[in-house]
Amino acid sequence: MGRIADTFARLRAEGRAALMPYLMSGYPTRGALLDLVPALEAAGADLFEIGIPFSDPLADGATIQRAAERALANGQRLPDTIAEIARLRAAGVRAPLVLMGYVNPFLQYGIDRLLADVAAAGIDGLIIPDLPPEEAGEIQRACAAHGLDLIMFVAPTTPDERISEIAALASGFIYCVSLTGVTGARRSLWSGLPEFLGRVRARSSVPLVVGFGISTAGHVAEVARHADGAIVASALISAIDQSPDDAVAAAVAFVRGLAPGTAVV
Amino acid sequence: MTAIETDVARPGRFGPYGGSYVPETLVPAVAALRDAYAAAQRDPAFWDALHQLHQRYTGRPTALSHAARLSRELGGAQIYLKREDLAHTGAHKINNALGQGLLAQRMGRRRIIAETGAGQHGVATATVCALLGLECVVYMGVDDMARQAPNVFRMRLLGADVRGVTSGSRTLKDAINEAMRDWVTNPDSYYLLGSALGPHPYPTMVRDFQSVIGHEAREQMLRLVGRLPDLVIACVGGGSNAIGMFHAFLDDQSVALRGVEAGGRGQTLGEHAARFSGGRPGVLQGTYTYVLQDGDGQIGLTHSVSAGLDYAAVGPEHAALHDRGRAQYTAADDAAALVAFQRLARTEGILPALESAHAVAEAIRLAPSMAPDQSILINLSGRGDKDIFTIADLLGVTLNG
Ligand SMILES: Cc1ncc(COP(=O)(O)O)c(C=O)c1O
Repeated sequence: MGRIADTFARLRAEGRAALMPYLMSGYPTRGALLDLVPALEAAGADLFEIGIPFSDPLADGATIQRAAERALANGQRLPDTIAEIARLRAAGVRAPLVLMGYVNPFLQYGIDRLLADVAAAGIDGLIIPDLPPEEAGEIQRACAAHGLDLIMFVAPTTPDERISEIAALASGFIYCVSLTGVTGARRSLWSGLPEFLGRVRARSSVPLVVGFGISTAGHVAEVARHADGAIVASALISAIDQSPDDAVAAAVAFVRGLAPGTAVV
Repeated sequence: MTAIETDVARPGRFGPYGGSYVPETLVPAVAALRDAYAAAQRDPAFWDALHQLHQRYTGRPTALSHAARLSRELGGAQIYLKREDLAHTGAHKINNALGQGLLAQRMGRRRIIAETGAGQHGVATATVCALLGLECVVYMGVDDMARQAPNVFRMRLLGADVRGVTSGSRTLKDAINEAMRDWVTNPDSYYLLGSALGPHPYPTMVRDFQSVIGHEAREQMLRLVGRLPDLVIACVGGGSNAIGMFHAFLDDQSVALRGVEAGGRGQTLGEHAARFSGGRPGVLQGTYTYVLQDGDGQIGLTHSVSAGLDYAAVGPEHAALHDRGRAQYTAADDAAALVAFQRLARTEGILPALESAHAVAEAIRLAPSMAPDQSILINLSGRGDKDIFTIADLLGVTLNG
């Protein structure tokens, strides 16, 4: 089993859902991942989604757009992020790390080269929000050949038959988009979320991780009742934003505050 | 190229180009659009309704004019102008907006989202929404709002909600991002995309709605001139007026096709919008095509004096025509477009849109080397009234002084 499957099996045994912070590489400073990831792992994070900045992030709201702009202005490039992750592995980080990036920077890097390099660096999977399964065939086969999970999305708009088709292709976990919209912190979760997650659960055997808009320990606790993990992105970035001088302390305090939500009661 | 499924037979693919690279949330909305368009395509009543509007509202067919004085001055090929500037709202954009507006109505959609660069597509969409009684939201980069202020006011007069976009380069690309974010949030809205870009079915559907230009022009050339043109020229922003003109001539091997991109003010990335000479294949906003980008795949900034050509990617069907060699693509720079604008005004009494002036510039360059019994057909995609403030600025003239 890979790191992702191991982690979900362990958490299930512990009676916990996974807490998965999203960190934009190169944000707030170049190389910030090197400090943030170990500190958040110690603070209770179980997996990480590592964002690759892109100039045109059309699935993202204002917070992640700004973080991407800042990371690009800081000069963060894809090879830098891959190298930072290799260093994190060398430093003993054990949590699964999944790269999230729009398809064009990956294409330009070269898919064969990318998959070889990310696998060698200790990355466990890829999330590509603008690559629906219809366009993903060749990349997915190549990921499988490198032992990487290509994470599939389902959304509230996805019809049941399509959920079944996507579930049949899924590996690692399924990324359940928690609302009909773009990323960004929200005050409350969508009221239809339990019903939606129930529809997905009934059609899939891989773990379900929920993302988009999850902002508080209460949200995490609500998600933990219906799914296997929660991704927290914009709210974490905002917490970092508010303490630019001590990003690590701000992020640790925020993630510590979320962690109690993961207990499955 | 491991990443891209290159099966030519797949719908929505033009050779390796095209496809539908959208977030999962939008996949069902895009599929619904694809199915609705496929059904409309087979329905004669749909095309009949569009045809009626073309005749009674848009003012189609638009004229074909012989640019006699310009041709004589240049001393070479005879130049003909397909007068899309005479279409209602002043550009070819109305052809697509009406077609998609009828489709939205057929799908029962009440809220229309659009992006606009030069403002012509926004004006066309706002017009169609007023005509059909639909709600209209138009996203426009704040830099484009500044340089196309008359069109912003026109849209508002037509009842549209014009929303300024401050992200990224604050031009057309960023307006499309924002429109797609709105669509992701409101998949029951109808996204009325303005060029032959974006995910399938847009490149095909927009081309079909714009093909009326080429069909009319081909028939007019045969009827009024007695033969097909030797060369057809159109400016290429996203590529809708060009593909609409080219399509009727694709099988006419004697007719050369030439698309003109914005050469801007220099050849380095950020100074132009010449995707074929300066870009390479990649994915932007739902489609695989030639894209201006840096070595890391970050989308490049662009510059053109004309907002409608100021975009980092080109419609995927043009990418395929380029690779097959069926059409040639060149660039005209800002200065050449400005000269062509003034020359057409003084020789023919027509103020072309700055976008269209790029096509005129290419004709001015090529006509002298052609024989007087040869002919060039230019798609004059729009009128230049919207550009007079930009032109005055470039000429150092103060208006409202
Ligand atoms: C008059 C005119 N011509 C051309 C264009 C470029 O678009 P396309 O390449 O889709 O025809 C525009 C776009 O706004 C326009 O307004």
